[in-house]
Amino acid sequence: MNPTIQETLSGTLPTAPPSRTYPNTLVVIPSFNEAKNVGLVIDGIRREVGDIPVLVIDDGSSDETVKVARNHGAMVISLPFNSGYGVALQTGFIYALQKDYSVVIQMDGDGQHDPKSLKDLLEEIQREDVDVVIGSRFIGTCQYSSTFARRAGILIFGRLASMIIRQKVTDPTSGFQAIKGKAIRFMASDFFPPDYPDADFIILLHRFGFKIREVPVNMFPNKENISMHRGHKTLYYIFKMFLSIIVTLLRQKPRF
Amino acid sequence: MPPPIRIISILICIVLVAYVFELVRRKHLNEEYSLGWLVTGSVMLVLSIFDELLIWISDLVGATLFTSTLFFFGLLFLVIICLHFSIRISALTNQVRRLTQHVAILYQEKSSLEEQMYADRTLERTPTSLDKF
Repeated sequence: MNPTIQETLSGTLPTAPPSRTYPNTLVVIPSFNEAKNVGLVIDGIRREVGDIPVLVIDDGSSDETVKVARNHGAMVISLPFNSGYGVALQTGFIYALQKDYSVVIQMDGDGQHDPKSLKDLLEEIQREDVDVVIGSRFIGTCQYSSTFARRAGILIFGRLASMIIRQKVTDPTSGFQAIKGKAIRFMASDFFPPDYPDADFIILLHRFGFKIREVPVNMFPNKENISMHRGHKTLYYIFKMFLSIIVTLLRQKPRF
Repeated sequence: MPPPIRIISILICIVLVAYVFELVRRKHLNEEYSLGWLVTGSVMLVLSIFDELLIWISDLVGATLFTSTLFFFGLLFLVIICLHFSIRISALTNQVRRLTQHVAILYQEKSSLEEQMYADRTLERTPTSLDKF
């Protein structure tokens, strides 16, 4: 009798070999035209935490991002066209969900996030009473400088989110996070904001009952001074945040 | 209502309704989207034909000119149609997003499977159920 297609494929599906020190953990790096930096990021991860599987989500880059990432030993998923940071990131979570990863680390592909902080995130996420660990550049020793408007935005919406969830959140826009267990399913669901996660998303996580923790991480100032908010006008950002926070609060307490 | 504007109005409404019908017949327009246009066209047509109704409604809402009543209802329907479009576009955007993500993941899996198969080809190749596809 011929084997079924599942039998033929089982065991041959070439997923990356699991890490020995951090089993079931996946690092997701959304990148858009980061050929210059993504290689260094992957090398940095290898140096710090060894053989952890790295998944680069190429957000329709027009440069050599895919080639560079492959050459540095990362798996690459290419979106057919540029769809934005949030969509790329969520693709990583959908993949992690399909492959039953239990911990996902998200990192930016531009080299802003110091791979040396990975261990702190990984250590914190292993704790029992936590689902989401946010790497904050505003606690601890990190000397991070940014434009005034950006700092003000982070400060105001961070305070607002802290007030609402009654827990101090200093860096709601951080793209350096660790997510565990059920929270991965949540990130892959339709509740995930389609553009980019921010203070409103922290509030949503809290309403779903996920435990959030912040750890200090090191971030390097962005050389080209473009952030993931590129293309978003400041006024639209403020409008969107207020609307999103109000709407999030007015929704029925979601069941998940 | 002065005869010329009445005739123009009736003609426009008839052309609109007929054209929407034709679009649906040729499958250029889904039934779902035709509804708003047909309702708009028909109501405007009824209001243009029956003067008394238009004058009665104008008195009711306090409009001094019955043409403004006609415009008002036309605009109201357009707003409703536009809102309906916004809702549909949002739904479509979400669907495209999902599709993009899943296509990307599937493509990656397909590529790595192919790689695996080519790597295996150096070994003796036995027919598998994959060959049927």
